[in-house]
Amino acid sequence: MNLNLTLLGQAISFAIFVLFCMKYVWPPIMGALRERQAKIAESLAAAEQGEQRREEAEAEIATLVQDAKAQAAEIVAAAQKRANELVEDSKSTARAEGERLLVAAQSEIEQEVIGARETLRKQVGSIAVDGARKILGAEVNADAHAKVIDDLVGQI
Amino acid sequence: MASNAPTTTEYIQHHLQNLVVGIHPDNGFSVAHGAEEAAAMGFWALHVDSLFWSIALGSLFIWLFKKAADKATAGVPGGLQNFVELIVEFVDTNVRETFHSKSDLVAPLALTIFVWVFLMNLMDLIPVDVIPRLTEAVGIPYMKVVPSTDVNITLGMSLSVFALMIFYSLKIKGPVGFFKELAFQPFNSPNIIIQIIFVPINLLLEGVALLAKPISLALRLFGNMYAGELIFILIALLPFYAQWVLSVPWAIFHILVITLQAFIFMMLTIVYMSMAHESH
Repeated sequence: MNLNLTLLGQAISFAIFVLFCMKYVWPPIMGALRERQAKIAESLAAAEQGEQRREEAEAEIATLVQDAKAQAAEIVAAAQKRANELVEDSKSTARAEGERLLVAAQSEIEQEVIGARETLRKQVGSIAVDGARKILGAEVNADAHAKVIDDLVGQI
Repeated sequence: MASNAPTTTEYIQHHLQNLVVGIHPDNGFSVAHGAEEAAAMGFWALHVDSLFWSIALGSLFIWLFKKAADKATAGVPGGLQNFVELIVEFVDTNVRETFHSKSDLVAPLALTIFVWVFLMNLMDLIPVDVIPRLTEAVGIPYMKVVPSTDVNITLGMSLSVFALMIFYSLKIKGPVGFFKELAFQPFNSPNIIIQIIFVPINLLLEGVALLAKPISLALRLFGNMYAGELIFILIALLPFYAQWVLSVPWAIFHILVITLQAFIFMMLTIVYMSMAHESH
């Protein structure tokens, strides 16, 4: 319990330790702490900014998507309309073509009927001449009587 | 003295005796054997054991924290840096809350006090016989390993703090301001005659209050640690198989005490520094 020089020794070492701590220990540690604090604050601010930017981008995307959807709907409607038109067009074209074909076929048939009738008339003429020859037993000069036969044929 | 079966009293006295080196009136420069020889050496003697452990622990603190400070980065901290930063941050918070002036000294001072006093107190948790027995084996007769159970150590620190208090009081407030603080408080009066009567009373009160600060600061730490150490020594007198029943709870409780005492020493230093920096 007696006081002695130890007291001074302790005071001196205390002073040295405090001075050393003040010069070489406290400033670097505190500096690192402050620096990290600043860094963290910066990162937090950056993160917030990023978040904000993301929200803006999302809003932009939403409007873009909406526009695109509207556009697509428009295009689909136009295409449908055009398709309907095409179908109508081809229907009317087909109808006209059908009628044309029908008319052509009818006229061809008529032509053939006329042809057939002609041929038949001629054959009937020759048959009639042959028949007449046989009946008359005489030679009928085809050339001499051609006029008569032609008249007959014309009557058929 | 303690080598062959000491009595209980001898055992306790031996544990409470510092290793004193000084100039004895009869023996000259020597190691004191026993309290009487130590007392005879008077002021010009050194408690070698207290000083050794105190400086060793202070150096440990400085070495550890310097190591962390050298590698300190603002990036991801390592284990040691994390630990050191935790303590530094804790001290810094306390300083900021209590000490409102600007000073480069107070925070490192508080850090040094906190860690150093804590380390010195921590020596109390080493079983009381381990280090004294080891040093006895190499021929050192006395070894008190807890520096803060030496009143010289605690007074050495508290008087240094007191010197800083006086220095900053004079520096910040000026000699006149400092004197006014001592002379015109706590009693003052607008009447000049009554004020003149009050001055000596105030000086006496404030003077005692001022002087009580370093004394109480030193004796609080010393008393707590000395009592704790004494109880460990008394527990060590029990048979070895029964000691843990008392020493374990006491040691666990003591973990709280040593931290608390280190914290109180630091906090009061900050408060005193703050009082020296601010006029009220």
